[in-house]
Amino acid sequence: MKQDPALLNVHDLQVRFHTPEGTIYAVNGISFHIAEGEAVAVVGESGSGKSVCMMSLLGLIPIPPGEIVSGTAVFLERDLLKLPEKELELVRGRDIGMIFQDPMTSLNPVLTLGRQLTEALVRHFNLTAEEARNRAIELLQLVGIPDAASRLGNYPHQFSGGMRQRVMIAMMLACNPKLLIADEPTTALDVTIQAQIVELVQEIRAKLRMSLIWITHDLGVVAGLADRVLVMYGGTIVEEADVESLYERPQHPYTLALLAALPRVHQRRQSRLKAIPGAPPHLILELTGCPFAPRCEFVRDRCWRERPLLQPVSPTQKTACFVNPHTGEERA
Amino acid sequence: METNEPLVRVRNLKKHFPIRRGIVFERTVGIVQAVDGVSYDIYRGETLGLVGESGCGKSTIGRTMLGLYPPTAGSVNIAGIEVTTARGAQMRLLRRKAQMIFQDPFASLNPRWTVSAIVGEPLRIHNLEPDRQRRDERVKELLELVGLSGRHVNRFPHEFSGGQRQRIGIARALASNPDFIVCDEPIAALDVSIQAQVVNLLEDLQTQLGLTYLFIAHDLSMVRHICDRVAVMYLGGLVELAASDVLYEHPLHPYTQALLSAVPVADPKVARKRQRIVLQGDVPSPINPPPGCRFHTRCPIAQPHCAQVVPEWRQAQPDHWVACHEVEPKQGF
Amino acid sequence: MTTIEPPARIGLAGGDVEAPPLSPGQMAWRRFRRHKLAMANAVLLILLFVYSFGGAFVYSEAYANYNDTTKRLQPPSWEHPFGTDTIGRDILARTIYGGQISLLIGITAVLVQLVIGILIGALAGYYGGLLDSLLMRFTEAVLTIPGLFLLLIMAKYFTGKVPDITLLGRTYSGSVVVIVLIIGLTSWPRLARIVRAEFLALKENDFITAARATGTPNSQIIFRHILPNTVAPIVVTATLSVAGAIISEAYISFLGLGVQPPTATWGNMITGSTNYIEGAPWLWFFPGLLILLTVLSINFVGDGLRDALDPRSRPE
Ligand SMILES: Nc1ncnc2c1ncn2[C@@H]1O[C@H](COP(=O)(O)OP(=O)(O)O)[C@@H](O)[C@H]1O
Ligand SMILES: Nc1ncnc2c1ncn2[C@@H]1O[C@H](COP(=O)(O)OP(=O)(O)O)[C@@H](O)[C@H]1O
Ligand SMILES: [Mg+2]
Ligand SMILES: [Mg+2]
Repeated sequence: MKQDPALLNVHDLQVRFHTPEGTIYAVNGISFHIAEGEAVAVVGESGSGKSVCMMSLLGLIPIPPGEIVSGTAVFLERDLLKLPEKELELVRGRDIGMIFQDPMTSLNPVLTLGRQLTEALVRHFNLTAEEARNRAIELLQLVGIPDAASRLGNYPHQFSGGMRQRVMIAMMLACNPKLLIADEPTTALDVTIQAQIVELVQEIRAKLRMSLIWITHDLGVVAGLADRVLVMYGGTIVEEADVESLYERPQHPYTLALLAALPRVHQRRQSRLKAIPGAPPHLILELTGCPFAPRCEFVRDRCWRERPLLQPVSPTQKTACFVNPHTGEERA
Repeated sequence: METNEPLVRVRNLKKHFPIRRGIVFERTVGIVQAVDGVSYDIYRGETLGLVGESGCGKSTIGRTMLGLYPPTAGSVNIAGIEVTTARGAQMRLLRRKAQMIFQDPFASLNPRWTVSAIVGEPLRIHNLEPDRQRRDERVKELLELVGLSGRHVNRFPHEFSGGQRQRIGIARALASNPDFIVCDEPIAALDVSIQAQVVNLLEDLQTQLGLTYLFIAHDLSMVRHICDRVAVMYLGGLVELAASDVLYEHPLHPYTQALLSAVPVADPKVARKRQRIVLQGDVPSPINPPPGCRFHTRCPIAQPHCAQVVPEWRQAQPDHWVACHEVEPKQGF
Repeated sequence: MTTIEPPARIGLAGGDVEAPPLSPGQMAWRRFRRHKLAMANAVLLILLFVYSFGGAFVYSEAYANYNDTTKRLQPPSWEHPFGTDTIGRDILARTIYGGQISLLIGITAVLVQLVIGILIGALAGYYGGLLDSLLMRFTEAVLTIPGLFLLLIMAKYFTGKVPDITLLGRTYSGSVVVIVLIIGLTSWPRLARIVRAEFLALKENDFITAARATGTPNSQIIFRHILPNTVAPIVVTATLSVAGAIISEAYISFLGLGVQPPTATWGNMITGSTNYIEGAPWLWFFPGLLILLTVLSINFVGDGLRDALDPRSRPE
């Protein structure tokens, strides 16, 4: 897994928002990489900076109020954060595809589906109208929309939530991207529809050898989907691990607590859930210590003063914590 | 904890919403069969889970049970009160004894009211603490009961986080000393790390106060944890009801089986090995639900007669209810 | 004192800061006070009232109506600081007495509008169904009849049927009451529609379901739960309407159906000056300025009120 050349390499990304209420420290120094063909899940509660992190790579955060304070994001040997808007647009349309939680926001409500699909194809691949139409039908069939040819004339609101998400995937596939970023694409969907979408993405990924970044707050979805997981909290990555190690032996107190708080559907009723006290942080102050310190049962004095950096603890796992939560002792 | 005495008895409950068009002369252009003939009991002290996909009618059941929607047909009896016909003193008693907790912690608290007014409302309406000072004391007690500080009485909802607001909603529901609470997806809108806090609180309160819950949810893992029995709903009707461990380990109805197999499991080893039943297509519209068994359009084991005959709601095994033609009752039962 | 950096460095949601010792009313007052523009304009509004009602102690009503034809159309001077009008009456004194009537008309007409508009909008929006259909058709009917036309018919019909009234030692002709009623009775439909729309949206909130599940009577749900959540659009509409009412009175007076001479109003003083716009600008300038100040100050006060009544706005 490690030998694969990195497709995307993000280093020390910091993003802030300057709002009337004060500065929001949304992303506080994040580094990670995605290898070709790899599926990485980004897990964190709402407000932990998942979306801002990915959107800032693609130049999709509003500036101002946003500000990218530092960082590099090398994708195919080019730094996305330094690309001019024109070229970034090409990258967004062709090399990196995105799907979002609410597909309605990325579909034009007054254009038919066919129009939106074929336009993208004509623009990016110089296809004729006829070719584009055939390709569009092909794509809709690929994402499992029955009766594809006749549905090209439909408007987005005529599709159900799950269908719209399929349409979004079809639009994204139109350009055959190297990387797909999916931002909570199934959060608004029911479990049965979620299962359909997850299966669809897996299938397509295998077929097209696409890399995948799947953003979610659901540790359950991740387990069946990702090779590697980044756990985010308070605008930082607190743990990075391959999926087996993460669930078997989480190394950050937050991950540990989160997994312990989760009821298991295939286990008989336990006595009581192990809840995490307190609430996630508002990111209105610059981090001077560990963002999880106020809720952490292993907290030390230095956790308030010093920011733990993401350090390898095994070949497959990194954690940003001074303490080993399994022994309760400070790490060397 | 649970006795064999039902606190709540629901029989053949139906709730249809007409879809009206027109300005002066309204005409009915269709009927949403949101709830179409459900029957079940809830025993005193137990938690009955109600699961199903969004739009299948869970909230409508909860609201109709509390008399917030007039039912189209059927009966609901809560602690001896016939909800569908209750008037006057009976209705006031019902309003005290049955309460509700909501999903959206932002829409469920009046943004212009202080916490003290919100939590004190049931006390005021039912004249439980006529004295203003005593009422404030009681509000503080209630807040402390749900894990908030009594000092917060003069604050407004927007000053609290989602989890804290949900606690305020719970305090309000507890104010009139209810026996029965409908919890309509009370944790669905909360952060993952907050959900366990609220679930633990609900469980503690149940033990402490002897409450009976109808727990509506779509998170099946949480339902298994908190519920004694679980009812599964599809497109306005119940398809299966059983004790939770029985339902999760031996689901009979093909929809329940599909639903359970679609639940993501937070364990990569289990997740990889699992055999998934991925249902095809979407849930049909409740305006023109399929005839016969409503699930037959997506059912992996559907037979021709499933499209014609409505399956009977029956006990396939003792205390294991199911509505399916293709599930055989156990031998000798 | 301890070596540990206080956890407050990491802002927590809904932080456990000491509860403010203020009641909601005090908080609202505090928010209002911080609204500098609203405070200044509240003071201005009070001054306008003092001017109109206190001025009566300086000049008598008889003086305001006294005409000295030898002193027609005199520009402002020491003797007549605002000048004199076409028949030689003192404009300063007339703006004082005119102000009493204009302010009363402006405010009471809006009160009438508020009562009717809120009631109809709230009932239609909350209950919906047939009641909503009926009330809204009626509202639209009133709305589609040209306002001025209705005003004129009602003015003709009511004039002379309402007896004079005495208030604070001053007798007001029945025509003032008529004007107030007419303006109030014709201006509510817009407000009713706004209130109805708000009610339609707000009644779907879970906090209304919660109140119903508690057995809160409909009247309390309407007036205690929903109505306070509609203050913002109501305050905006109402403050704009005060200006509208003062100006409507001027229209009606202009057509000779409003407050009858010699009783002064700011409105009829302006309409009486139309032939002298360039020749004697003081005729319209002073009543015009007073209307402008009233309207502006009420709008700013309304703005401040809207913020003050919203617990979500910060007292900064
Ligand atoms: N446009 C914006 N203006 C101001 N703050 C923003 C903006 N977008 C995001 N934020 C803030 O950045 C933080 C991280 O947000 P986000 O990345 O959307 O979280 P997540 O996707 O993990 O739920 C939040 O505190 C959010 O309020
Ligand atoms: N007040 C209403 N008027 C008309 N249709 C409604 C109303 N409430 C719910 N419905 C419809 O009834 C069905 C069931 O809704 P609901 O009970 O809210 O489902 P759930 O809570 O399971 O998501 C949906 O199709 C919904 O559109
Ligand atoms: Mg997000
Ligand atoms: Mg619901």
